[in-house]
Amino acid sequence: MRHIISIRDLDRAAIDGFLDAAAGIEAKRYDPELLRGKILGILFFEPSTRTRMSFESAMARLGGVSLTMGSVEDSSVAKGETLADTIRVVSGYVDAIVLRHPREGAARLASEFASVPVINAGDGAGQHPSQTLLDLYTIRKSMPIDGVRVGLLGDLRYGRTTHSLAMALSLYGAEIAAVAPKGLELPSGIVRELADRGTAVTEYSAIEDVIAHLDVLYVTRIQRERFPDAASYLDVASSYRITPELIARARPEMIVLHPLPRVDEIDPRVDALPNAKYFEQAHHGVSVRMAMLGEVMG
Amino acid sequence: MTDERPQGLLISPIRSGTVIDHITAGQALNVLRILGITGTTAESVSVATNVASGLVGKKDIVKIENRELRKEEVDRIALIAPNATINIIREFVVAEKKGVETPAELSGVVRCPNPGCISNTAEPARSRFIVTPNGLRCHYCDWLVTKEIAEHIL
Repeated sequence: MRHIISIRDLDRAAIDGFLDAAAGIEAKRYDPELLRGKILGILFFEPSTRTRMSFESAMARLGGVSLTMGSVEDSSVAKGETLADTIRVVSGYVDAIVLRHPREGAARLASEFASVPVINAGDGAGQHPSQTLLDLYTIRKSMPIDGVRVGLLGDLRYGRTTHSLAMALSLYGAEIAAVAPKGLELPSGIVRELADRGTAVTEYSAIEDVIAHLDVLYVTRIQRERFPDAASYLDVASSYRITPELIARARPEMIVLHPLPRVDEIDPRVDALPNAKYFEQAHHGVSVRMAMLGEVMG
Repeated sequence: MTDERPQGLLISPIRSGTVIDHITAGQALNVLRILGITGTTAESVSVATNVASGLVGKKDIVKIENRELRKEEVDRIALIAPNATINIIREFVVAEKKGVETPAELSGVVRCPNPGCISNTAEPARSRFIVTPNGLRCHYCDWLVTKEIAEHIL
């Protein structure tokens, strides 16, 4: 039984396999009846729009059906049922489970109690492998991933997408530049692990110092609640805002990615530039998730 | 054992059981915690801490009567007492002597310091860590414990 829990569990061949499969799907080379008769259980213990809907869309495009748990308040979870029990029960109803949960490690735990494959759709500040795969897929649409120079910008301490993306990039000999507000830098454990995997992280205090050297600028949201007051948040947020004027200083081929939702970190005027790939990135979520569902249930 | 004669005054030799020697000074009580020996269990236990040792300066020693510790039990102490030696005593004679080896995984020994980790909830998740060159990595949440491992012992 194949679970997809953490990008750490995937080697380069496995990641390339998903990206190749997603490329075939995007080119309409797939069987729309592949998952006919299969049921996907969607268990989201936290709100989500695009991840939940893109998994539902992916399942529908492969001919399968999705069952959604509904909100936590309306479920047995509100009565105090453990995740382990919920998973054991739901395993009898469906052919695979997609799980989002506020606790780190929830998907790993679920995989130990499930009798069907589990796909992690985000566990707290932990892993979100389908996001990483679609990030890589979007990069690969524009350029080879090997040796790519990626700038990670924003909240790199709590931002789960940047951690797993950096781990995956280390398999491709990428160079990583990190630009984060004070206190929101990449955790030292992640930096050390990346170094062990042969990837050095260079930290910069300002995006202007490095933007001219980047192939990919990966922007993440800076969360207001991480700051003691509105003034200090606005101070930081304004210095991390991506504008057309900033992009003019970059290489013309540089692409801008963002896991979305964005708030103020990317000026809407950037959307019209050819560098802006974040909406395409979100659209690729369906092809990549079709590849994942096909892998675990096909 | 002649160089350890002064401790003979403090702790008499045991007839049978286990002597854990060359424990990192100050770690004897943590060693007992990891082994699940709390004082309410049946064994007679003697502990000597900060004993002079020609080999490592100072060391701790634990003697447990009438219980032979299995290898997988003693390997759990390797992280806090990597130089420890285990002597299995039968009829006052050292019948077996072995070192400790760091295990590949530790289950039920260390609590994950990440408050958001699923292993710190009412879920049926037993603490489980993968031993890496950089420290202990939580099997569930990937949190890396790099220092003060003894502080996180369950």
